[in-house]
Amino acid sequence: MEREKSLANCCNVNENPCNMCMPMGGILAFKGLEQSMVIIHGSQGCATYMRRHMAEHFNEPVDVASSSLNEKGTIYGGEKNLKQGLDNVIKAYRPGVVGILTTCLAETIGEDIDRISQEYLKERGCNDLPVVTVNSPGYGGTHTEGYWLTLRRIVTKLARKTETHSKINVIIPNISPADIREIKRILQLMQVEYVLLPDFSDTLDRPYQRPYRKIPEGGTKLADIVAMGGAAATIQFGLTVDDSMSPGKYLESEFGVPLYNLPLPMGVENTDLFINLLIKLTGNHLPPAIEQERGRLLDCMIDSHKYNAQGSSVIFGEPENVYGVVKICLENGIYPVVVATGSKNHNLKQLLDDLLVNSPVRCTVITEADFTTIRQKSRGRANIAIGSSDGRYLTEKEGIPLVRYGFPIHDRTGGQRLLSVGYAGTTMFLDRVTNTLLEYKHKHYRRSMYQMFYQGEQEGQEFSAESCGEHYVMFMPSDVKQ
Amino acid sequence: MDVPEPVLWDTVLEERKASIITKGKQKKHLKCDIDSVAGCVSQRACVYCGARVVLNPVTDAIHLVHGPIGCASYTWDIRGSLSSGSELYRNSFSTDLKEQDVIFGGENKLARAIDELVAKYPAKVVFVYATCIVGVIGDDLEAVCKAAAKKHNIEVIPVQSSGFAGNKAAGYRAACDALLRLIQPGELSSAPRVNTINYLGDFNLAGEFWIIKNYLKQVGIEVNVAFTGDSNYKALKNATRASLNVIQCAGSMIYLAQRMKELYQIPYLNISFLGLEDTATSLRKIAAHFGDESIMARVEELIERETAKVKPVLDWYRQRLQGKKAAIYVGGGFKAISLIKQFREIGIDVVMIGTQTGRKEEYQTINDLVDEGTVILDDANPSELEKFMLEKGAHLLVGGVKERPLAYKLGIAFIDHNHDRKHPLSGFVGAVNLAKEVYSTLCSPVWQYV
Ligand code: SF4
Repeated sequence: MEREKSLANCCNVNENPCNMCMPMGGILAFKGLEQSMVIIHGSQGCATYMRRHMAEHFNEPVDVASSSLNEKGTIYGGEKNLKQGLDNVIKAYRPGVVGILTTCLAETIGEDIDRISQEYLKERGCNDLPVVTVNSPGYGGTHTEGYWLTLRRIVTKLARKTETHSKINVIIPNISPADIREIKRILQLMQVEYVLLPDFSDTLDRPYQRPYRKIPEGGTKLADIVAMGGAAATIQFGLTVDDSMSPGKYLESEFGVPLYNLPLPMGVENTDLFINLLIKLTGNHLPPAIEQERGRLLDCMIDSHKYNAQGSSVIFGEPENVYGVVKICLENGIYPVVVATGSKNHNLKQLLDDLLVNSPVRCTVITEADFTTIRQKSRGRANIAIGSSDGRYLTEKEGIPLVRYGFPIHDRTGGQRLLSVGYAGTTMFLDRVTNTLLEYKHKHYRRSMYQMFYQGEQEGQEFSAESCGEHYVMFMPSDVKQ
Repeated sequence: MDVPEPVLWDTVLEERKASIITKGKQKKHLKCDIDSVAGCVSQRACVYCGARVVLNPVTDAIHLVHGPIGCASYTWDIRGSLSSGSELYRNSFSTDLKEQDVIFGGENKLARAIDELVAKYPAKVVFVYATCIVGVIGDDLEAVCKAAAKKHNIEVIPVQSSGFAGNKAAGYRAACDALLRLIQPGELSSAPRVNTINYLGDFNLAGEFWIIKNYLKQVGIEVNVAFTGDSNYKALKNATRASLNVIQCAGSMIYLAQRMKELYQIPYLNISFLGLEDTATSLRKIAAHFGDESIMARVEELIERETAKVKPVLDWYRQRLQGKKAAIYVGGGFKAISLIKQFREIGIDVVMIGTQTGRKEEYQTINDLVDEGTVILDDANPSELEKFMLEKGAHLLVGGVKERPLAYKLGIAFIDHNHDRKHPLSGFVGAVNLAKEVYSTLCSPVWQYV
């Protein structure tokens, strides 16, 4: 396998970012808590940008406050702004929990949000309001790191050594609300009592309802998070997460809750891992409904395998999600030629090494990637892209169709409703991929056959053995490992 | 914990009260152009955002964001500005500052970034945008840009858009300053030409600049360059050859026009090509400025011809939209003012209106235009928008991406009047497009089910 040593980093420019900044991930995590509100300590723009990004993806109002640091606050400290901000947020939203995230600016001027928030609670006499602080400078990492770090901070702040109980902690990466609902459905079918963190399946995908609530219903209950310390086990879909940011790891080392770090249940094998673990932990049998879903997935895979064999994929996004997609692609012969993430994630590299070793096709793995690099590496090699809408230039400039998956999806509607996990979700995901390959084929094959063969009637023209007539399908022979 | 009952907000946060008035009820002036109140969930963006919006449509420039990655990520190709030439502006380049750069400074990285980009992309101008932390970590943008310009023999222009130093409006100004540096006439610059204008404050969203350019061409007026829709280095370099500046979006460009008047004696006019009435008035105003009889005659012909085309269509829509109530919350005052008139043309009343960065004069005009009882507010937040839309019984909201889901959740129709829209709202075509869009959302069958 070919390795690209963090290309974006060895030069000095990032050309079209493949990631967002830390506080963005923090907002996502906080939005999965019941009755939560977030305030970002920094200049007004950061909060607005992130809100806009999320509103467009989820098609939901996403209220995030800002301490609106101005010049004065930057020079003399932003304490007053943050306290006033907290006052107003509490007045207007009456939240059950408040998350405070920092930005580049707040960190650079050295704001101590821990001290400020503690002081604030004392001054206002509201010590029982849970406040979780997260140091999340935009330059400290991508939104993925912001997401995990925030989850870890939430658990660190709230979880207690409670009496041992039979519930299972389920900690998820940044997946769609539809995916979260699917995981909850599987847990219910398996009769598992669980606490899922963070649960933004309702808060960022709420039904149309009157009256309108400023803080949407749903989200992980604080009392449940408190009890995570006494759970029977933690299942964390966080194979790529560094221990220092892993909430599951914290629960294990602090309270002795056994941690099962699993890949996202995408694809047959990874979903098997999840289901088998649930069977092991609960002693329950596999319900027929799930068994049938598995059977249907296998049926779908067989139905589509020849179409899928024509796919060479470029996969990009957040580490955990990328890993799941790579797995589905490998199981179905849509061999990846480029796999990329904006994160600097060593675990992912290692994991992909192990995974791709059996792929017959050469694959370029890029961490700390930007889209100009991804495009370059995909050119002439990939014929299907899988990732967020930020990959749209792959289609526009390179003619590679894009199957939208992940966050953010801005140029299509329904990003929040995309279902891709579990046996049923994998089936739907796979159909989307296969159908994109088919659509592309049907759109082009008449012309490409004509171009390839029609002139063949002219005298002296010969075809090479490789002229299958579909120059855009199948990986290039040069890509096959020797 | 129990989920608390939704609270009906009959109060507005104390600090915000001075920025909200009801026409006819109070004598006081609206407080505007001040910093956002902390914790109020303002809809405003930052200085950098303002600068980026204004400069980004310069198509053949390298737009380099000096700062951490997020700022570049959130502003990458999110605008609908079209180009007839280079596509370079659709890239978001960033120095992607990391922890060690924050500690040791980012100047070297910036210099190397410029080197790399210039080697890779043929461009005659590089705009380097400052983000929040650049000032704080002490990078001397000016010096780095100067050195790079000398080294590569092209123009490298710093844009002083540190995020915390004011709001979006300050960013407009920073962009105008950058443009002023770019357009300084060289020795070979020729004298101003007759019947030639610069068109300020149009960003060629969905081809809007092209539409207006065509009108002007038909009546015998040449557009020298637009600021900045579909503009390029060469055209901007010749900006001082125009004999008149007309300003569409005053919020972003009035400062540039004033400076160009001082420096190059180019007079300016405020115009608006949004809506039938304003389009016609603006064409007449420009023609009158030049005082050329044949231009004036052609303007009348054009207005008559185009109006005849769209009038029946607009009449059809007006009959169906008559009596509906609209709420408006947009970025700048100019847009808000135009919308009041445009809505009037299709029979709709405005019951709530606000902007992120409107100026005092603009709020005065708004106040003069709207009916008694209309709520006017500056730098509003979602809670206030919700409260006043419901109180005033608005059927429709005009806004941007962040406001859209709020309207929908409240069961209110919505019009995108944002920089990323894909259809033009300027000129005679634009008037029809707006009516169509209003109809498509207000009269959609979906509302029967909610
Ligand atoms: S990178 Fe830093 S300054 Fe830019 S949006 Fe993110 S937190 Fe704000």
